[in-house]
Amino acid sequence: MDIEKRAQQLTERLRYIRDIFAGRHAGVIAQLNARLDDFFQNLAEGHLAGSDPIIELGLLEEQFLAAERRLDAELTPMEKVRIVRHPQRICLRDILENVYDNFTEIGGQEEHSIDPSMVIARATITRRRGKKKYNQLIMVIGQEKGHGEEFRNGGSVKPWGNAKARHFMQVAETENIPIHTYVFTPGSYPIEDYPGAAQQIASNLYEMAGLSVPIVAVISEGGSGGAEAIALADRRLMLSHGYYSVISPEGAAAIQGRLKGQGRATPELIAHCAAQLRMTAADNLSFGYVDRVVQEPYLGARPQHYDFFRTLRQEIIRATDEAVISVRPFSPLRRLTLRRWGREDVNLDEVYLRWNLSDSAREKLVAKRQKKFLRLSRGACIDRRPALNLVRKSLRESWESTSAKLKYVLYTKHQQRLTNFFDESVSLALWLKERLLNPFSSKPLRPRLKPETVRELTTLSDWDESESRKGRWAYVSPRAREDRTVTCPNAATHGCMDLWAPDLYGEFAGVCTSCGHHFPMEYQWVVNNVFDPGSVREFNTEVESDNPLGFEGLSELLEKARQKTHLKSACVTFEAKLEGTKMIVAMLVANFRGGSVGAAEGQKFVEAAALAEKKHYPFLAYVHGTAGIRIQEGTHGVIQMPRCTVAVRRYIEAGGLYMVLYDTNSYAGPVASFLGCSPYQYAMRSSNLGFAGPGVIKETTGLEIPPHYHSAYKALARGHIQGVWDRREARANLQQLLLTAGGRNLYYR
Amino acid sequence: MLDISTLLEEIKASPYEEIVIRAPHTGIVTFSDLKPGDRVQGKTGRWKEIPGTRIATLTRERNPKPVEAPLKGELREISSEFEGQFVEAGTQLAVLRHFLSRDEVIDILLRHALHLFPAPERAKYYFVPQIDTKVKVSGCQSVTVQQGMELLIMSRMKRETPVYYTGPGGIIYAVYFKHNENVDAGRPLIGVCSKEQLPVVEELVLRVRTEWKEVF
Repeated sequence: MDIEKRAQQLTERLRYIRDIFAGRHAGVIAQLNARLDDFFQNLAEGHLAGSDPIIELGLLEEQFLAAERRLDAELTPMEKVRIVRHPQRICLRDILENVYDNFTEIGGQEEHSIDPSMVIARATITRRRGKKKYNQLIMVIGQEKGHGEEFRNGGSVKPWGNAKARHFMQVAETENIPIHTYVFTPGSYPIEDYPGAAQQIASNLYEMAGLSVPIVAVISEGGSGGAEAIALADRRLMLSHGYYSVISPEGAAAIQGRLKGQGRATPELIAHCAAQLRMTAADNLSFGYVDRVVQEPYLGARPQHYDFFRTLRQEIIRATDEAVISVRPFSPLRRLTLRRWGREDVNLDEVYLRWNLSDSAREKLVAKRQKKFLRLSRGACIDRRPALNLVRKSLRESWESTSAKLKYVLYTKHQQRLTNFFDESVSLALWLKERLLNPFSSKPLRPRLKPETVRELTTLSDWDESESRKGRWAYVSPRAREDRTVTCPNAATHGCMDLWAPDLYGEFAGVCTSCGHHFPMEYQWVVNNVFDPGSVREFNTEVESDNPLGFEGLSELLEKARQKTHLKSACVTFEAKLEGTKMIVAMLVANFRGGSVGAAEGQKFVEAAALAEKKHYPFLAYVHGTAGIRIQEGTHGVIQMPRCTVAVRRYIEAGGLYMVLYDTNSYAGPVASFLGCSPYQYAMRSSNLGFAGPGVIKETTGLEIPPHYHSAYKALARGHIQGVWDRREARANLQQLLLTAGGRNLYYR
Repeated sequence: MLDISTLLEEIKASPYEEIVIRAPHTGIVTFSDLKPGDRVQGKTGRWKEIPGTRIATLTRERNPKPVEAPLKGELREISSEFEGQFVEAGTQLAVLRHFLSRDEVIDILLRHALHLFPAPERAKYYFVPQIDTKVKVSGCQSVTVQQGMELLIMSRMKRETPVYYTGPGGIIYAVYFKHNENVDAGRPLIGVCSKEQLPVVEELVLRVRTEWKEVF
């Protein structure tokens, strides 16, 4: 019986090898197959009677192991992708059963859950010190692929699944227990139904950026935004055969091969893209996006690899301990512990470290996590700022920060008191004056009105010249010079007449006079017409987009974009004034590689947020258009999601006002992180925003998407944004928002 | 009495509708790479969001605008002599032969076989509450109408007016209006047939469903 079972396991191993290599190493596989067949034949015919079948089987197992070892060394990135997607791959349930001593699934059971692809469990790890036992509580959160269970949706979590994860993160924070997250997802389920894929991921990232309990993330299959939803952690471990990428190799191949609709990329192109994306554990460790790699057995961990679970348990405990120790008050004893913990031979089950933190340690933990993410990917873009300039800039910013503190915190606070005192005194004096001049009447004295006030109050109001630009704009689109007409896309349904280009782009600000459709305008139009004339001062222009992975063709594309737009990256950051109120603006320009966000754009955004914080200015993210994260930058791109969200959270918590205004089309990673987490998001009419475009939704979910699914009004109805604006009123609306919204530290308050 | 066979034979003799595609406005016309006999598609997609096959492009004031097939069918004629020329609004650009589908044939036949009660004004229409309940519970064919009967409510500009049925008595065979949707003046609201004619109409529909072959 035992022999049959072990032989059966070998058959399974062979099938697994065949699946992983998909035609490669056919010779080795055929050899193993022949030996296994011989063994079965001999066993059936009784030819093994002379020798011990257990020894024969042991030899065969060794041959399998040797072959696996040899094949493991030659694994390509695409084969690693096949490993993590294989039904035999370990899943979260296996980890809960084998790594933790006890667990209770919460937030649903099996298919009876709001989203079975997101599993939450309360688990314990028992550690011993001598005879004494310590049960340490943990909140485990992760995507569950199951072993081929259909209802798990392959670990593709719906927005409400991510909302559930966020809820239980808050529970863990309340209970002051660490969180272990396990990333097993090919990507998030890209639908916009409330709470919306993008907006919920953004919300999760925002939450994790300030969660005051230790978070340890373990990445097996880290598919872009879906992974980020639970992976902003103090310690990020990665399984050696896993992948962590901005996009699936198939998606990258479809983009690289410019395939649309029914077109399918060739396996060679997919494998080529997988290699170019540098998505393996070793790559991510070298970039610094994961802290440690957990070595798996040859050809990846499967549920029968009990030794691996022991290793994972040790690594998880070590990572949690490290996160905790790093924020505890430092002492020689801690230094010793920290050094000792790093050693592989230490059995961490036999040492004990308390995982709950004091209030000060919790604050330190959050600050440490935030700083860690802000430091990432700095080398992945070109920074041509001379060292001297950087020093000068740093000094200037420090001075500005200090002066802002002096000015806005000390002076403004007292100034406000003085103003209040003065206002009250004047009011009292006026009242006294009235009583003295008219002591016996209860009627107030009739104020003497100026003739113009009387005219204003008694005649019909005049046209206010100052309120309307009457089509006179500071910047006029070059398209206004073309002598041609333009058809509104709503002409068939709304009966719009053709518009003459000089009228449309010159006078009407790109807005159809009949239906109000907004045609896309140049980013310069916004810069010059929304902000005060002459107030715009661009900074960090020397930060340039690069090709950090050496992705084929990207350098040429970037060069073309530079020549076309005269920009060095898709993010333009500047200081500007709006009706005299100074503000910092980070603008994603659609004309530069679709407004995609890479390391340079992230760096500029982070620095803009930091500057706004230092200067106590409001911070506006103006999204002229963004197609998402720049996939050719791989994880250098996707890491901008947590990184920029951290920057935004720091700014908001410092008391700033972070506003987002979407123009044209905004999709994917940026919306699912640093844009979507803003409490004040607005969109221009006719803009579209969401997580994935209709084509991607249809391909990944099979759902037919109705027209206008991503429109600004739909986003408003779903509660993703706070309002829809007319482009011509953007300036007035922004001014109104500055006056009515925002935190405590804005200078103009 | 309704003569089903004659009606059906008439439609079978010309099982298509010829649609003349004309220039919607002046402009220089450029035809797509199509020739007579080619099949074209009308608007498709679940929400009719995918436009029909482009037949020509009409450029006016440097603004190229597509002229698309309104329905699926076969191109009979293309006025290729106008290629690259300036044409007036209303100039014939192509003739499309649209082969009738089963539902379209049934619709045509029913319009002949039934008495159609038209909408007096462009408005939203609802059945009066008693009839509405009956329609919802037992279907429209359970309702018998007669001359002068208060049948519908016309809702327009927050004004609700009763509509009285005029025409021969019978049962409601088909309802052509939808809840909360405007119906243009003159469009049919309901189709009525006499009780005696009901089996004949049902047979007619059945015959079309079984006998009619859709071309494509």
